[in-house]
Amino acid sequence: MKFSDEFETRFTMMARHYPTKRSVLVPALLYAQDEIGYLSDEVIQEIARRLELTELDVRNVISYYSMLTTKPRGKYNVQVCTNIACMLRGGEELFAHCRKKLGIGHKQTTQDGRFTLEEVECIGACSWAPAIQVNYDFHENLTVEKLDKVLDGYQK
Amino acid sequence: MASLVSHPDEVKVVSRRFGQGATNIDRYLELDGYKAVQKAFAMEPDAIINEVKNSGLRGRGGAGFSTGMKWSFVPKQSAKPKYVLCNGDESEPGTCKDRLIFEHDPHAVIEGVMIAALAVGSQTGYIYIRGEYRYLSIIMQKALADAYARGFLGKNIFGSGRDLDIYWHGGAGAYEVGEESALMESLEGKRGIPRIRPPFPAVVGLWGGPTVINNAETLASVPHIILGGAEWYAKVGTPKNGGTRLFCLSGNLEKPGVYELPMGYNLRKMIYEVGGGIPNGRELKAVVPGGSSTPVLLPEEIDISMDFDSVAKAGSMLGSGGVVVLDDTNCIVKFALRTMKFYRHESCGWCIPCREGTDWLEKTLTRFHAGGGLKKDIDNIQYLSENMLGRTFCPLGDAAAMPTIAFVKKFRKEFEDHLEGRPCPFERAGAVEQLPVLA
Amino acid sequence: MPDVTLTVDGKKLTAPAGTLLIEACKSAGIEIPSFCYYPNLSLQGACRMCLVKIEKMPKLQTACTTVVTEGMIVTSDNEEVRQARKSMVELLLGNHPLDCPVCDAGGECELQDMTFSYGAAESKYMEAKNHKDEQQWSPVVFFDRPRCILCYRCVRVCGEGMDVWALGVQNRGVSSIIAPNKEDHLECEECGMCIDICPVGALTSGAYRYKTRPWEMKHVGTICTHCGDGCKTTLGVRRSDSGMEIVRGDNRDKSGINNDFLCIKGRYAFDFAHHPDRLMQPLIRKNGKLTPANWEEAFELIGKRFAEIRDHDGMIGVVGSSRITNEEAYLLSKFARVVLKTNNVDHHRTADFPALAAALSGKPDSTATMREVYDAPAILLIGNNPTDQHPLLAWQIRNNVRLHRSRLYLINSQTIKLGRQAAGFTQIPAGTEGKVAAYLAGDDAAVEAIITEKNSRETWNALREKLRGEQKLVIIFGSEIRGNDVAVLVKFGSGVHGAKFVCLADYANSRGAADMGLYPDLLPGYHRVADTGKFHDEWTSIPATTGLTLPEMVDAAKASKLKALYVVGANPIGRLGLDPFLFSKTFVVVQEMFLTETAFMADVVLPAANAYEKSGTFTNTCGDLQILKKAGEVTGTKSDFEMIVRIADAMGFDVHKLVPFGAGERTDMGQSRGAQSGEADRHAVWLEARGLEPKMSPLEPTAILDEIQRLVPGYDFSRINLLAGNDQHTTLANSGPGAIQKPELIVPANDNLFSSGTLGRYSKALHSVMESRTQQTSEVAAD
Repeated sequence: MKFSDEFETRFTMMARHYPTKRSVLVPALLYAQDEIGYLSDEVIQEIARRLELTELDVRNVISYYSMLTTKPRGKYNVQVCTNIACMLRGGEELFAHCRKKLGIGHKQTTQDGRFTLEEVECIGACSWAPAIQVNYDFHENLTVEKLDKVLDGYQK
Repeated sequence: MASLVSHPDEVKVVSRRFGQGATNIDRYLELDGYKAVQKAFAMEPDAIINEVKNSGLRGRGGAGFSTGMKWSFVPKQSAKPKYVLCNGDESEPGTCKDRLIFEHDPHAVIEGVMIAALAVGSQTGYIYIRGEYRYLSIIMQKALADAYARGFLGKNIFGSGRDLDIYWHGGAGAYEVGEESALMESLEGKRGIPRIRPPFPAVVGLWGGPTVINNAETLASVPHIILGGAEWYAKVGTPKNGGTRLFCLSGNLEKPGVYELPMGYNLRKMIYEVGGGIPNGRELKAVVPGGSSTPVLLPEEIDISMDFDSVAKAGSMLGSGGVVVLDDTNCIVKFALRTMKFYRHESCGWCIPCREGTDWLEKTLTRFHAGGGLKKDIDNIQYLSENMLGRTFCPLGDAAAMPTIAFVKKFRKEFEDHLEGRPCPFERAGAVEQLPVLA
Repeated sequence: MPDVTLTVDGKKLTAPAGTLLIEACKSAGIEIPSFCYYPNLSLQGACRMCLVKIEKMPKLQTACTTVVTEGMIVTSDNEEVRQARKSMVELLLGNHPLDCPVCDAGGECELQDMTFSYGAAESKYMEAKNHKDEQQWSPVVFFDRPRCILCYRCVRVCGEGMDVWALGVQNRGVSSIIAPNKEDHLECEECGMCIDICPVGALTSGAYRYKTRPWEMKHVGTICTHCGDGCKTTLGVRRSDSGMEIVRGDNRDKSGINNDFLCIKGRYAFDFAHHPDRLMQPLIRKNGKLTPANWEEAFELIGKRFAEIRDHDGMIGVVGSSRITNEEAYLLSKFARVVLKTNNVDHHRTADFPALAAALSGKPDSTATMREVYDAPAILLIGNNPTDQHPLLAWQIRNNVRLHRSRLYLINSQTIKLGRQAAGFTQIPAGTEGKVAAYLAGDDAAVEAIITEKNSRETWNALREKLRGEQKLVIIFGSEIRGNDVAVLVKFGSGVHGAKFVCLADYANSRGAADMGLYPDLLPGYHRVADTGKFHDEWTSIPATTGLTLPEMVDAAKASKLKALYVVGANPIGRLGLDPFLFSKTFVVVQEMFLTETAFMADVVLPAANAYEKSGTFTNTCGDLQILKKAGEVTGTKSDFEMIVRIADAMGFDVHKLVPFGAGERTDMGQSRGAQSGEADRHAVWLEARGLEPKMSPLEPTAILDEIQRLVPGYDFSRINLLAGNDQHTTLANSGPGAIQKPELIVPANDNLFSSGTLGRYSKALHSVMESRTQQTSEVAAD
């Protein structure tokens, strides 16, 4: 199992921030996932080994956090917020539009592996609703038309 | 990046550097940055705590507990290291204020943590930022690096002979981690399950050491209090509710946005003047005044002062400052359902009433909204919520139960209108389909 | 700690400061319901069943996390509290499958009980229930997610109690699930504690599931027949074609020295009793072939041949067992001397008790009980790997460290799992345990043999100083320490204030076999055959010369000198890997459950009952004496006790002289009062109720217990306590002089968690676990 140098530098640096080894677990898993695409068995084994945890323990933690996944995702994870503030301004319509446009449902991935669609809970964009996040990028004050443009941008 | 708004009634304290380029440390210094912490160095820890106490600053995360009081609970002597933990795991639906602080004024948070550390005698602070806010964690990491580079953090800070380290920490998607003991669990690399209390974090917190946990907005307010003085800050707000707060106006408004208004600002004015009123000529139907967990207010209930005590008196809570406005085209049953769906998804599952109650309520509300409701469901929704209330392991159960009880009580007729297989009277075409269930 | 006074439901209680409210209430007889709270496991506050009203607190509080405070006023039962509990049950039942009629836990389910108590009878739930298919996690552990109420008891007992950590919690909210450590299966010690502790039917036993209903079983609390620790196991017994069948083993009866603990063997490995290869009738070798025969024929033949050989001064050897009861071992020892007139008696020795008896002679209070191992402030463990060989002892040590912060000093040639609990682990070169004893006892020169790269002279010196400074140190040693080394170690212990010893032996009644004198040189109580004393007075004629050890009997057989060999529950040919034809010129009688290598070569094989099929007593490795209660029964078998007596009788011996029935303390069947209808029955009921047994028969082992109590030093225990099911500690302080014997006579059994000598060979449960492991390993290897 090999991570990028960037990951290693970050991991080493972060590990120094805490009095216990395992404290670095949650952010380390997210960075590992960003790099590998998902938390594969190999990643889990490696992280468990480094932090002197059982794989079970690492899996227990992974399964708790909604951003962490042990299943591969598309290149772009389209996360549509449909929580109250977004719902009031058309978040559900955006999600329905994504389903139609991408031809996939919640937590599904397009055949070409480009997009995964996910209906998510509040992403903290309530005053700029409705909003989506593609990977870590926010797209706010959306309409169906604007959404089309956003998604088209990721098609290229 | 989130756009900024403004209104003449705003009193810019926490937001005064928004849009001023203060992520740059030099710019931050120009705008009185790191002056408060230097002032704090000259103060006795108790004096800092008293200043914050007297300012009337109350926790901006939602609970509204006196910040100075919280700090005073930390024992002076401790065999284990003491910690300051900034809660930037903002996730209460309707709330998007900490995001702006991190985006525009990260050093203010750092400075707030520093002052808190001086006050309680800690040498280590953590700033926990929710995982979805990746761009903010990049900004924060840069800000921390700059502060270290200037000698504001690390060994012998400001030549004071004191050491202080502050680190960034990131989450990975969990509302529950916003609860302070769950936040500590998460920071320790565990599942975000709250801890049994007592002992409270101020006594036994991170890795067993006394820990002060404050919301990002709370901490970002502290430098202004130290610089401007408790008296000035207290006067901005109402008695026992010092200062300003960032109100996140969202929902059916002409001008949604995050506005910094004095504590005690009138809710009606907030909606109709600051927020520009209800668009498209619609009428106001309801307001959720402080994030999704606060009980809904009816149009006739909005002539209230937006401070912790007045909103509580009105039967709701000031909460996290997320004001969600609903116009009369919206179905309350659906709104209740979406709210419950959120809590079902975010319940940590530790205790029976929250785990089972949110699931049961979401299922019932889903069926109910889809036209399969029975009269006894309405009572049952209320019964279940009332039996969750006050009996769960942590406040998440209350957060799910309180708004639900209010929805049923205040909009019982609207629930009844869904009975006998009638279609939802508010549904826009084609929207009454089974909502996808989040796994 | 000072006591705190509080009021619960108007009742004034006092409890030590620091007591949890739920415990304070329990000791005052006020029951607070709970699912997640479990004594000695970490607190959860998760099930919310124990909510009570505490004055000055606005919300109901969990009694399981609240510590009592002075003046606290508590209401444990009012409308609000009852409603809170009722609603918790209602919420749980929402997604609960309600398959109680077929659920293994039906009838002994805490959720059922709670539903009954709080009257959550009306079903408000109308939604579809969340479902997940049942999973098999190991040959013996099944998991049924929908039944799980997430009390986390299993997770904690596995982690905190067993230090295995094979169970976790995954996902969150209503999707939360208990997960095994290998994603879809478990890799663990298979102790099954997770099943026992599960309040509902979520975790069920592969050995028991869907076999019967709890109320159709009779539950018999008896002592496990496997290792030397002496756990109490509760056997669920049901009628079957062949008598009484054991269908379940668990730990319902928490009165034993093992409290909550039971390992895989005590829980599942009762199944050898029903193995199809079980011998069900006597076999006599006819024309070179073992041929079924009847009991009379067999006893007659044995009696005739034994008597002939004895009367013609032919050499007879007797090999006893470490799994027969004390009464049987004593009887066998006596039978050999008195009836066969030989001292050629031995058994499979796995620990050096004669040396311990010799060393402890005259030292009262110097052996520790199994319970004391859980309480001792400090423990020194030399050799052995208790996790594998003494699972209860390991549990006691582990939980003593966890709950009482006992200091564990470990000295071992291997890295063993208990190292995780050790305050200090000192690794030594293999075979230098004796040197350790010598060094500890003050022989500074001995340190040379135990200095390693890691452990310098200074390390050893510091360790010795630390140990000398301990109080009430319990010194536990494996069979690595034997012969003279035992005395040396005892010498060290004598210098430590209040030190006590535990000598580890491998089988369920190894200690009893030793105490009852299954030795060629020692009589019961470690009295020497060469001496004179009470045994010589009572037994009248004991051959004066030391008899043959087992290896010496083998040699005698090789030299065609051994004319007869009487083997009771042992398998020397298999164990020692002897030439099967070694005894071809010897008349061999074997009492066995199975056709072992030894039985296969015998002239007469008598089908024996096992420890679960008879009454009597066992003495565990610590010297704790406990009563066996007859659970199962297989027709066609007899207890070893009965067979020994019948053989004596067939030899023309007056059995009154062997078994003093009708004398001493006795119970009366009521026959003396005539044949009044019902009288005898009523008396039988009285006896049964008091756990007493009739002693009018020479075939009843209790008959000889009087003699044991009278003659064997250290066995002068309270009979009432024994019959009540309590453990009684026997001591070696007043025993006979013991002996220092050849160290090579001790051969450890080397069983692990999943093996158990002959019994293990015939246990499907143990086999299935071992097979599942080899399978997994080979799958991995194939990758």
